[in-house]
Amino acid sequence: MAVITVERKPLTFLERTYLPQIVGGLATTFKHLIAPKKTLEYPEQRPAIPPGYRGVPTLVRDPNGREKCVSCQLCEFVCPPKAIRITPGEISADQTDRAHVEKAPQAFDIDMLRCIYCGLCQEVCPEEAIFLQNQYSMSGYTRAEMVNHKDKLYELGGTLPDQHYKWDQKKTAEDHGNAH
Amino acid sequence: MFDFFFQLHPVIQGLAKGLAVIMVIFPIAGACSMAERKVAAWIQDRPGPNRAIVPWVAWIPFFGKFLQRLGIFHVMADGGKMLFKEDSLPGHVNKFYFILAPIVAMIPALTTVTAVPFGAYFDSAGKVITLGLAPLDIGMLAVFAVSSLGVYSAILAGWASNSKYPFLGSVRASAQLISYELSMTLAVLPVFLWVNAPGLPGTMSFGRVVEFQSQPGFLGGMWFGFMMPLSAFIFLVALFAETNRQPFDTVESESDLVGSFHTEYGAFKWGLFFVAEYSHMIVGSGVFMLLFGGGWNPLPWVSLATAVDWLGAILPFAHAPLFVGVLSIAIFLGKTLAMIFLFMWVRWTLPRFRYDQVMKIGWQKMLPLSIANLLFYAIAIAVIQK
Repeated sequence: MAVITVERKPLTFLERTYLPQIVGGLATTFKHLIAPKKTLEYPEQRPAIPPGYRGVPTLVRDPNGREKCVSCQLCEFVCPPKAIRITPGEISADQTDRAHVEKAPQAFDIDMLRCIYCGLCQEVCPEEAIFLQNQYSMSGYTRAEMVNHKDKLYELGGTLPDQHYKWDQKKTAEDHGNAH
Repeated sequence: MFDFFFQLHPVIQGLAKGLAVIMVIFPIAGACSMAERKVAAWIQDRPGPNRAIVPWVAWIPFFGKFLQRLGIFHVMADGGKMLFKEDSLPGHVNKFYFILAPIVAMIPALTTVTAVPFGAYFDSAGKVITLGLAPLDIGMLAVFAVSSLGVYSAILAGWASNSKYPFLGSVRASAQLISYELSMTLAVLPVFLWVNAPGLPGTMSFGRVVEFQSQPGFLGGMWFGFMMPLSAFIFLVALFAETNRQPFDTVESESDLVGSFHTEYGAFKWGLFFVAEYSHMIVGSGVFMLLFGGGWNPLPWVSLATAVDWLGAILPFAHAPLFVGVLSIAIFLGKTLAMIFLFMWVRWTLPRFRYDQVMKIGWQKMLPLSIANLLFYAIAIAVIQK
């Protein structure tokens, strides 16, 4: 590759007086002085969250209001900082609306002081039950307050649209006599 | 109406006037610190401080919100914080001089105000009477003599702090002041050569300078800033350097000197340095406006007397001395504040010169330029005034 020697021009007299540059700079700053402000006034104005944003991890319910998590504990095992703790529990047979769901978490704690918002839990979840949603501001006065328990996680998560209705499909399958 | 005031003992009159001026200068210095933050914010596309508010002001429907957005109450919050936080006295300092330095900083800052007239009115005979604390005949000389004393506080503070960065800061401050004092003084001389025309008593007073800028005719009404642009420019640059403002604030360059001579200071003592700096700026801007910006004349070629005559056509009380006095003070204050805005505008535009550049500009550029300027105007004035 040929080397192109660029001639370094000496500064002109005007440039050495600094003055044209100073005047130009003053014009630039004055434009900004009267330009509309670019900042958000945070607590009142909130930024628009782009799709795919990884906020606080939450648990979601399916459109029938059932909890989707089956406490398989994959997220607990994949979690790099070990922020998730799950106590698995059985579902009693008398809950007819949750028939065909084998298990549900008895307790589900995410320690937000440990969480690194990596999103691996969402990626690994076979039930699409855990999502990192739009909430970006977590604060608390004590360490205990920073641990999100199951109730809080469902409260934050709400309901997301479901594409599979896995349990409904299992129920139909059983009704047609070909349960697994 | 004001006979009561003029019958008082001159000392009490002087005290009352002095207090009145201090009561104006201090809030302006405080407001300037706020304005600095707001101008900085606006130039950087931010809204700036706009949250603090006093509850009963918040009840005023529209105006209260406006004041809040303007950040007026942050001045009080800042000042209150400055007054009540712990005023620490480090163990390694020379205590006497350490405490003396901020006091010494305030003295020249407030003393120069006495020599600067800030308005004028016409008595019944139509004679111009300048308003000021001390209508000194040596006005300019007094300002130069006293304002340079400000560097003593920097030296004292730097030395007494017993710490390397403050010391370096104070050394820089004194070197910079000496370098630019010369060209500043030389830049002002053509103005006084012109003002001390043959046949008039010799004077260094600002009153005469403004009087010369309010004469009828093209050359008479011309502000000295237009008549002697190079003088005005050199004076302005030297003013920036002497008040340690950007781009000449090598004295306070926080990247290499932490906080310069006030590194070891906090709370109220630091606040005194701060107010002194802004008072210097206010007085410097005032002097610039008196010398080169027409003083209390509203526009070039429109003197105060003309403006009052125009207003007289609309307002019946326009010729009252009180109205003329207030009008002239308002015009002068407005111009001074515009200058202070220029100071801030420049500060948020330009990066800081390196220290060697500051010295080079001072000695190798400004000084020869001001000498050449003086020679040119000395010859020109000699030819014109004969």
